[in-house]
Amino acid sequence: MDWLTTVDHKKIGILYLLGGTLFFVLGGIEAMLIRLQLMFPESNFLDAQTYNEVLTMHGTTMIFLAAMPLLFAFMNFIVPLQIGARDVAFPFVNALGFWTFFFGGIMVNVSWFLGGAPDAGWTAYTPLSSSEVFSGKGNDFYAVGLQIAGLGTLMSGINFLATIINMRAPGMTFMRMPLFTWTTFVSSLLILFAFPPLAVGLFLLTFDRLFDANFFEIGAGGSAVLWQHIFWIFGHPEVYILILPAFGIISEVVSTFSKKRLFGYSSMVFATLLIAFLSFMVWVHHMFTDGLGPIANALFSVATMLIAVPTGIKIFNWLFTMWGGQIRFTTAMLHVVAFIPTFVMGGVTGVMLASPPADFQYHDSYFVVAHFHYVIVGGIVLALFAAVFYWWPKMFGRMLNETLGKLAFWLFFIGFHLTFFIQHILGLIGMQRRIFTYLAEHEGWAEMNLVSTIGAFFMAAGVILYVLNIVITSLKPRNASADPWDGRTLEWTLPSPVPVYNFKQLPLVRSLDAFWAEKMAGNKEMTPAEPVGPIHMPSNSILPLIMAFGFFVSGFGFMYAKHDFANDFVRMLFENHIVSIGGLVITAICMILRSLIDDPGYHIEPEELESKGVKA
Amino acid sequence: MLVLLLSLALAGCSVAEQATPLNPKGSVGEDQLFLIQLSLGIMTFVLVVVFVIFFYVIIRYRQRRGQTGIPKQVEGSHKLEITWTVIPLILLTILAVPTVQKTFALAKDYSEANDVLKVKVTGHQFWWEFEYTDLGIVTSGDLYIPVGQKVFVTVQSADVAHSFWVPGLAGKIDAIPGVTNKMYFDAKEPGVYRGACAELCGASHALMDFKVIAVSEDEFEQWVEDMQTPVAESDAVRGQELFEAKGCLQCHAITPDGKSMGPNLNNFANRDRVASFRPNTEEWLAKWLDDPQEVKPGSTMPDVGLTQDEIDALVEYLYSLDNQQ
Repeated sequence: MDWLTTVDHKKIGILYLLGGTLFFVLGGIEAMLIRLQLMFPESNFLDAQTYNEVLTMHGTTMIFLAAMPLLFAFMNFIVPLQIGARDVAFPFVNALGFWTFFFGGIMVNVSWFLGGAPDAGWTAYTPLSSSEVFSGKGNDFYAVGLQIAGLGTLMSGINFLATIINMRAPGMTFMRMPLFTWTTFVSSLLILFAFPPLAVGLFLLTFDRLFDANFFEIGAGGSAVLWQHIFWIFGHPEVYILILPAFGIISEVVSTFSKKRLFGYSSMVFATLLIAFLSFMVWVHHMFTDGLGPIANALFSVATMLIAVPTGIKIFNWLFTMWGGQIRFTTAMLHVVAFIPTFVMGGVTGVMLASPPADFQYHDSYFVVAHFHYVIVGGIVLALFAAVFYWWPKMFGRMLNETLGKLAFWLFFIGFHLTFFIQHILGLIGMQRRIFTYLAEHEGWAEMNLVSTIGAFFMAAGVILYVLNIVITSLKPRNASADPWDGRTLEWTLPSPVPVYNFKQLPLVRSLDAFWAEKMAGNKEMTPAEPVGPIHMPSNSILPLIMAFGFFVSGFGFMYAKHDFANDFVRMLFENHIVSIGGLVITAICMILRSLIDDPGYHIEPEELESKGVKA
Repeated sequence: MLVLLLSLALAGCSVAEQATPLNPKGSVGEDQLFLIQLSLGIMTFVLVVVFVIFFYVIIRYRQRRGQTGIPKQVEGSHKLEITWTVIPLILLTILAVPTVQKTFALAKDYSEANDVLKVKVTGHQFWWEFEYTDLGIVTSGDLYIPVGQKVFVTVQSADVAHSFWVPGLAGKIDAIPGVTNKMYFDAKEPGVYRGACAELCGASHALMDFKVIAVSEDEFEQWVEDMQTPVAESDAVRGQELFEAKGCLQCHAITPDGKSMGPNLNNFANRDRVASFRPNTEEWLAKWLDDPQEVKPGSTMPDVGLTQDEIDALVEYLYSLDNQQ
């Protein structure tokens, strides 16, 4: 019950970890289905329609329901600890953000059982996705489900911004913040500006699909390209929303396990900001073949190439952090070390893609699929696995098994390259994206697709071992110290796992790498910035869950308003919008209750702090 | 790495002969290959630099057994920051200049030019329509062109977004409803070049291939003449009756410039494929007539419940549409 009503950033972080992992496994199964179907030419393992649904859900699930929540898990749990805060700025909204993600994710996936999943790709190009003539009800779930999940992301972005701006411990200036906090901050800025366009686009799509609007209806004056612009103005910053926190994780782990401060800290901060700014300037590189004209294509081409510069700055700064250090190859560090060459490979194919004439060949071919899997899986997923091994002790008080971790890593890493490297070649010999099958007469396709599928099996084996590691570790007693890695940042000053109130006394920060600075000065602990006193905590609440549920119900109401139900009573409820309005009313009532009922929270008294009884 | 190279070598061996973006047979494809190679070359240089530093660092600075102490904490280096900002900028400039130049070159509009073959391309779910506007020919599936002559296509869509791609000759341009896009290309050698749809467009997105058939000037003239003079009478009387009675004629024009909801079947006997991607044989044609959804899921070709007899008659009729006689 505590888990359903919690507003504690640490528990919410764990909920995101659980939810994200669940959807990651689901997305992984969808990936295996894709690779199984493409293993042989003209396979009928999956029929064409089912394949299109699986490929759409694979992308949608992985990006929106796995990668984002898993990153949020760490951003939520770790950032308040890194800045010396007791929670985020708005704990209630934090919980609401999780539950809207959760219900949004459920909504998108429940489509499997209600007539079919969305089938127009995670990019949902119109008019394929917007017109009933061309696509089924599944795309309603895409539009409405992602709208609900997107609300949660936007809320969380605002929450992190407010938290990082306002709640840093005394002495922690912006330029003393750890890189993971910096990248969370910048990523949240991107969320703030990129998610509203997505919301707008999804509303337009929803209105076309459910309310007979014509935004994307050519015959009625609408525009198909309009969707692409709106989607990609969101879509391109979105991938930087994903990669920046991953970069933050890399910075933390590289620094810790090289026993060195991050090389070029100010350059790293500046590069992060530059990447974020540029990420809004490049969206048309997804649309080079739309026929927008050479001026547009050339401008966006140059802008896209420019992003390589700050990204390269980061890579070199990581390499030089390791230079002259004492590198410990823990499982976390292994993932980070593997990230560097892999991500660079993905990045250079990105620069290749930036050239419009060349892109006229690469676009919508497996070359692009290879590129983005290199940066997303070889980049973000490897960073996430590193974060799991690095911060698990802090979150759960246990050390994950290093041997099992390394074995899982090698299986996954080798499998990854087997699967995706060869896809560059497949693209360069003419294999398009999103095809459910291919003819045997295409020379080389069958052999290469087979190799790619074999790699997928290795990856699946790796994932199984990662999960096994977590299960086995969870069954063992707590064995982690507060600072198992000889860390540099504030989270390692706290017990493992972390007590509900985080810091008994908020710390005084005197430098970048605040904890390391104290260690070098011969101190075992941080100097407190305040006396021991009662700690004010926010109360739990069931309202966030109910509010998110209200959106969920309302979404169904709108989607099924015109559905021909067998039962007259049910039809009456939907037809008259009782369900759609009713869901919104549920949410509104919760908001009114929240506003009118004054809940001042509770206090943890100093006596409880001194004893060992108060735990998360 | 070894496994990678091995798998690459094994799989890559057989692809040398077919025309692909890596082995283009058209001028545009060659231009594009130049950029592919230039960018790959520059990026390989970057990769080598990164990999060398990377491997050096992880080997040289690995913590040795029993090694203690704190390494020197280095804040950074302005010199290095400038170096790895300026050099990438220079490398990008080297790539950007020919990129911008070729971006404009490939966008040249040949709609008013004289010695250019103009074809209006329309993407449908799930087939391609080709209208030779100056020659009064409407056909589908096979895009005949003369070797060495520029072909200028205007590309549209009748329904959802598709993309017109001939990987062995040139890049692609999207077919978006409400938009008219333009692209030019040529073939420098005769051959049958695969064309594909490169934008997810529904269930049979994978099954709407087309063929660019590049032939000598004389052969092209002959083809044009064939297409402009359809057979006067067909011997397959029964099939012809069925073709009208079963409603085929409503969707499939058979006159040289007839436009219809479905593909124009003039000179069908000499088509490279049936249903876009299957060999044009009696067996496949019969299967297509018998169960369109089985051959091409989501296709708008209806299943009118033909008996085997009717199918045989129609097959005979369709193969009598042979303008080469």
